[in-house]
Amino acid sequence: MDIVLAAEQLNPLVPHTVEIVVGLIAFGLLYWVLAKTVFPQFEKIYAERTDKIEGGLKRAEEAQAEAQRIKQQYDDQLAGLRAEAARIRDDARAEGQQIKAELRADAEAEAARIRARAEEQILAQREAAVRSLRAEVGSLATQLAERIIGSELSDPARRSATVDSFLQELDGVDSRQPTGAN
Amino acid sequence: MTTMATAPAPGFEAPGVEDFQLPPIFGPVTKPVLELALAAIIVVVLFRLAVRKPQLVPSKTQFLGESFHGIVRNSIAKDMIGPEFLRYVPFLTALFAFILVNNLFGIIPFIQFPTFSHPGVPYALALLVWVIFTVVGIRHHGLGGYLRISTWPPDVPWWVRIILTPIEFISNIILRPVTLSLRLFGNMFAGHLLLLLFILGGQYMLFTADSILLKILSPFAFLMGIVFTFFEAFVQVVQAYIFVMLTASYIGTVLADDH
Repeated sequence: MDIVLAAEQLNPLVPHTVEIVVGLIAFGLLYWVLAKTVFPQFEKIYAERTDKIEGGLKRAEEAQAEAQRIKQQYDDQLAGLRAEAARIRDDARAEGQQIKAELRADAEAEAARIRARAEEQILAQREAAVRSLRAEVGSLATQLAERIIGSELSDPARRSATVDSFLQELDGVDSRQPTGAN
Repeated sequence: MTTMATAPAPGFEAPGVEDFQLPPIFGPVTKPVLELALAAIIVVVLFRLAVRKPQLVPSKTQFLGESFHGIVRNSIAKDMIGPEFLRYVPFLTALFAFILVNNLFGIIPFIQFPTFSHPGVPYALALLVWVIFTVVGIRHHGLGGYLRISTWPPDVPWWVRIILTPIEFISNIILRPVTLSLRLFGNMFAGHLLLLLFILGGQYMLFTADSILLKILSPFAFLMGIVFTFFEAFVQVVQAYIFVMLTASYIGTVLADDH
């Protein structure tokens, strides 16, 4: 029983006034100093750190976007160059074909020209041959006529001999002439 | 508390409330009073050291200070209070540091007395917390809004409300500071009593008791004293944490827009 009495005298739930006063003052000062000088510093550093990290991330993102842009540009350029090269190749091929066709046309035209000239020449030579033949036939006819007129036209045997000899002469001319005419 | 003293070994006076009555050192100043001042000084000095040369890449002390602040800021305040948590972080951090150091005094050699095994400062701090969350609640919702949020849970039938509202009123408005302070005080008081029991008991077994068996067994009492010292370290940290956690939670509930 005396233990219970002692416990009532020394109730542990009864506060000590000095402790309350000193405790509140100590805690108040502690809070005041920390809130004024320490915690704002922490918050500032957190903010700076976050800022720095976010800034870094942003810069990295920007760099990536820039790289992407340049790559796109490069790809575009490359595609353009490929198309250009293909175009040039096609052009060259077409040009080559055209040149070939032109050359062939030229050659054909030349050949035709040469042939035509040859034909003309042949024609001219033939005409000249015919002309000279005609002249010769004329003169031969004249000669024959002179000869016939010059000899006696009365004698039919002589007359036929004369014609025959004339024709024989002509034959000799003919057998020579075709090689020259053709 | 003194019921623990029932059936003591003959001649052994089990430790009790009287062991918490410390003689004044000078004037009205007792050991816990000095501890309160010392705790404030230790906390301020450590934090000042942490921000002596603040850098983006922190030094070791700065890192420790930031970690401590960060735990309260990000693990307690942000989760419990919500978007307006930043205003309350300085108070909560200061509270956590102050209580933690005072609790750890219970196992720090040569000090070895948990300040809050005397209930005065826990009462005062709990009352301070009560004033803060009441003012915050009234400012945020108005007096009626604060009372509605504290005592008028929505979607409750009227006949439940008859019982529920008085219970909510008592538990949310009257009992919060009481439980807050008694939880801290009780844990520190009981923990210290437990350590006293093992150490003083061991001492009695070793030096005072006649039985040779008790003398041989006395190392186990000291061993248990050491084991419970580690246990007390854990309890002291946890109780400081719980005090701050509940404070943040009370502020969070009065700031919440529904119950």
